[in-house]
Amino acid sequence: MKHRYWALLLLLPFILFFAVFQLVPLAWIMVASFVTVDGEWGLSNYRDVLDSPFYLQAIRYSLEISLWSSLLGLAIAVIGVQSLRQVDSRLRDMVISFTNMTSNFAGVPLAFAFIILLGFNGTLTLLLKQLGVIEGFNLYTKGGLILIYTYFQIPLGVLLLYPAFDALRDDWRESAALLGAGPLRYWRHIALPVLTPALLGTFVILLANALGAYATVYALTTGNFNVVPVRIAALVAGDIYLDPNLASALAMLLVALMAVITVVHQWLLKRSYHGKG
Amino acid sequence: MARASVYHRLVVWLLLLVLVLPLAATLLYSLATQWSASLLPAGLTFDWYLRLWSEPRFLAAFGRSLLVCVGALAFACLLVLPAMFVIAYHFPRLDAVMNVLILLPFAVPPVVSSVGLLQLFAGGPLALVGTPWILIGCYFTIALPFLYRALTNNLQAIELRDLMDAAHLLGASTFRAALSVVLPNLRKGLVVAVLLSFSFLIGEFVFANLLVGTRYETLQVYLNNMRNGSGHFTSALVISYFMVVLLVTWAASRLNRDPSSS
Repeated sequence: MKHRYWALLLLLPFILFFAVFQLVPLAWIMVASFVTVDGEWGLSNYRDVLDSPFYLQAIRYSLEISLWSSLLGLAIAVIGVQSLRQVDSRLRDMVISFTNMTSNFAGVPLAFAFIILLGFNGTLTLLLKQLGVIEGFNLYTKGGLILIYTYFQIPLGVLLLYPAFDALRDDWRESAALLGAGPLRYWRHIALPVLTPALLGTFVILLANALGAYATVYALTTGNFNVVPVRIAALVAGDIYLDPNLASALAMLLVALMAVITVVHQWLLKRSYHGKG
Repeated sequence: MARASVYHRLVVWLLLLVLVLPLAATLLYSLATQWSASLLPAGLTFDWYLRLWSEPRFLAAFGRSLLVCVGALAFACLLVLPAMFVIAYHFPRLDAVMNVLILLPFAVPPVVSSVGLLQLFAGGPLALVGTPWILIGCYFTIALPFLYRALTNNLQAIELRDLMDAAHLLGASTFRAALSVVLPNLRKGLVVAVLLSFSFLIGEFVFANLLVGTRYETLQVYLNNMRNGSGHFTSALVISYFMVVLLVTWAASRLNRDPSSS
C-alpha cells in the first residue's frame, strides 16, 4: 500500500500549522515558566506568584467569581431546561434558538450592554432606584462581575444540559407520583442521581469557561479588576511592567487549576450513580 | 396539571426575559436621541446607525474582521478536509489522537496561548505579531475542534468506504473520488460548520487585542477602543455586530433544518 504513505503527506501541513500555533506556544510557556529573569532554571517564578499577596488575591477572586457564576448559571439552567421541556414546542424552539444566539453574546459587546443596563446610570439601575429597591448598584465590583459572568454561563449551561434531560423519562415521574413521592423526593432520589454526570460535566465546562474569561472583565473594568487572566495579559502586553516568564508561571497555574478540576470531576463521576452501574 | 404548566411557562418567559434584557436595553439605547437619568429615552432616531455606517474607521475594522475570519476559515478547510479524509479512509486509528489534540484549543484559554505566541512570533524569522497572519493562524486553531467534530460526524454518516469502493470500481482515482464524490456529500455540513465558526470568530477579542491591537484593528478591538465615545454610538455598534451574528446563525440553522437543500 504505497499510496497510504503518500496520503500521510497530506496530514503534514495540518500538523505543521497546528504545532506552530498551538503546541509550540504551549510548550514554550511550560519551559519559560521554569526560567528566571537571569536565565537560570528553577521554581522562582512560581515562588514569586505564590509569595505575592497581589497574585494570590487574583487567584482567589478568579476562583470565587468562577465558582459562584458557575453554580448560579448551572442552577438557572437546570430550572430553565426543566421547564423548557414542559412547554409547547413553538415556545421551546424559539427560546432554544435564542439561547443559541446569545451564547455568542459575550466579551466586549456584553460588557457594553451591561454598562447600559446596570452601570451607574444604567436603565435597570435607575428603574430599581426609583422603585426604591436599591440605593445604587456598582457593576464594577466582585458582585457585578459574578452577575455578568452568570449571564454568559446561562446559555452555555442550557445548551449543554438540554440533551442530557432526555435521560429522564416522563413515566418515572408518574410512577414516583403514584407511589406517593412528591416533586422534592422525585428530584432527590430519581432525577438528580440520573442527571449527576451531566450536571458535573456541565459544571466543569462552565468553571473552565469562567476561569479563562478575559474579554468581558477587561472591557468592563479596563483591566483594573484583579483576576488571573487580566494579570497574565498585563504581564505580557501591559504598559508598565512586563515579565513573560512570570506570566508563563501564572498561565501554567491557571492550566493546572483546570486540570485539577477535571481530575476531581472524573473522580466524582466514578463514584456517582452511572460509574457504579 | 394546569398549575404546573403555568409555572413552566412562567419560568421559560422569565429565562427569555433575562437573556433579552441586556440586548433590548442596548437596542433602545442605540435608537435613543438622548437618554440619561430618566427612565425612558427622550426621543427615537436612526442617527447613530447612519453615523456608524458612514464612519470609515468602523467600516475598515469591519472589513478587517471579515477578511481575517474568512481567511482563517478558508485556511482551516484547506488543511482540515484532506487531513480528515486521510484519517477516515486510511488511518482510522489516528482519530483517537485527533480527538485529544482538538481538545487543546478548548482547554487552553486564549489568554494563556497568547503568552507563548507573543514570545515566539515577536521577532526572528516569524515576526507575525502585529500582522493579520497571526490572527489567521490562531483562528484556525479555534475553529479546528468545531470543524473537525462537525465534519467527522458527517463523514461517519455517509458510508465512506462503500462510496470510495464504488467510485474506484467506476474507474475514478482516489483523489478524483474524494473530490467529486465525498466532498459534495459533506458540502452542507461544511457550510453549516463554517457559518457557525464564523459567528464565534467574529466575536473573538483576546487574540486580536493582545497579539495585534490597533496595528490591525478588528471589529472587537475597535469596539473596545470606542469605550469613551458616545454610548449611543457604541450601542449601535453592538447591535450591528449582533445583527451580523444573528444573520449568520440564522442561515446556518435554516440550512441545517431544510432537507431539500442538500
